Amino acid sequence: MSAPNPEGLRLQVDMIKCVGHASCFELLPERVSLDEWGYPIIETDPLPSGLVSHARRAVAACPTLALRVDGKVARKR
Amino acid sequence: MTIMLERGTRQGAPGTLPRLLAGGRRLGEHRATYGQIPLRRFAGEDGRRTLIRAITDAGLRGRGGAGFPTGRKMTSVAAGAKRPVVIANGCESEPASRKDKMLMACAPHLVMDGAVLAAHAVGADRVYLCVERGTSIADRLERELAQRDDPVKWKLVRVPRRYVSSEESALVHLINDGDGRPMAAPPRPYEKGVAGRPTLVDNVETLAHVALIAAYGPGWFREVGTRSDPGSTLVTVGGAVARPNVYEIAPGMRLGEVLDAAGGAVEPIGAVLVGGYFGTWVPMPDGWGLPLTHDRTGPQGTSLGGGGIIALPAESCGLAETARVVRYLAEESAQQCGPCMFGLPAIATDLAAVAYGRCDPATRQRLSRRIAQVTGRGACRHPDAATKLATSALTTFADDLMTHMDGWTCTGVSRDPILPLPDRRHRDRSWK
Repeated sequence: MSAPNPEGLRLQVDMIKCVGHASCFELLPERVSLDEWGYPIIETDPLPSGLVSHARRAVAACPTLALRVDGKVARKR
Repeated sequence: MTIMLERGTRQGAPGTLPRLLAGGRRLGEHRATYGQIPLRRFAGEDGRRTLIRAITDAGLRGRGGAGFPTGRKMTSVAAGAKRPVVIANGCESEPASRKDKMLMACAPHLVMDGAVLAAHAVGADRVYLCVERGTSIADRLERELAQRDDPVKWKLVRVPRRYVSSEESALVHLINDGDGRPMAAPPRPYEKGVAGRPTLVDNVETLAHVALIAAYGPGWFREVGTRSDPGSTLVTVGGAVARPNVYEIAPGMRLGEVLDAAGGAVEPIGAVLVGGYFGTWVPMPDGWGLPLTHDRTGPQGTSLGGGGIIALPAESCGLAETARVVRYLAEESAQQCGPCMFGLPAIATDLAAVAYGRCDPATRQRLSRRIAQVTGRGACRHPDAATKLATSALTTFADDLMTHMDGWTCTGVSRDPILPLPDRRHRDRSWK
């Protein structure tokens, strides 16, 4: 896996908006796994450079707009 | 070092305990003891900065549970681009605690003075005083507010009686949109809260201390307590002690001393829950000497939190008690985040299986996995509180757990519960 992206971008989820479509898990299994109820468990360390564009695609595909990529740290996971 | 906080208990010079309840309930009595709000001493921009510096130097930490440095929070709020707002949080939805209710009943004007000073410090002209609805407190506070002549606009907010509605983003949500459920962060209220303004949310006891620091100074404040957790603090001591009540203690006091101050144990104590329902179980008698502060201490990172302390008899079953409270916490979920909505009931069911002797190694493993999975994944800290309590019970009552798993009958499960829960009739369904 490549080095972390220079801007410190992280994949993060708004759990209130998330209803568990799991499209992020389909598109980005490198950073997303599912719990037993089908909700995403997201690794929120800075994304490797090579995954940033994939992460943005997952963000765009989220039906409830719950996913985002940014440099702010909201929660540990 | 401890004095029972009952009506009419008034003691001499500030500098000894009690500090918070020396003045009486009525405005006249309060002014006679504490004097006028020292707003003139902190006039102007320089005055505001001096006041925030005094709070920072005093080392005051939030008394709502998190123990965050109040001066630092004020600095952040005051630095915002828009005019800030203050929320005085007197909801105290925690069933194990009633120190805020006691404080608002016995010293409402000290809380209000503190809120006015906090508003002045951050440059706010509006204070929302938030209390649980359906109690007499709100009406009484409204009457007291009517007697005051403050340079701020007061608004009393009656908050739904739900465990998570006292969380700071839930209060902001209620004031803005009439919905008392927590919101996702960021932004946090100190950045963007009521009407998009930077919002200082402080517990009512914290604000009472602000009033005292403004009047007597940071040096006086630090005369009691520890270096990193100075000042006095209110605790609610319950369970198997002779005189369950609210007490004012100095942080650093040992757990056993606090129990002794509450009249001592009335039967052998097996463990003490410290920090209410987002706290940890401390095994006794090993934990007797544990110093209680808002810093984490001991093997489980125990802290005073919101000050709820409950002594559990050795004859009671800590696992059954915990299972019951975790079920309550699951029911109190705002049902907004999947891990909380589905995870907490699942954890509560597993814990009940452990407590009532239907636990096999597979259930035990599943419970640990679920606790690890749910922790840290809610928009607010509600699920973390539940999993922390569950984890602590599994650690502290590890021997009991083995007995339960071996199929032995536990006599403790049939005893009357010690940990208090609100009557179902007193729990709101609505979030409005």
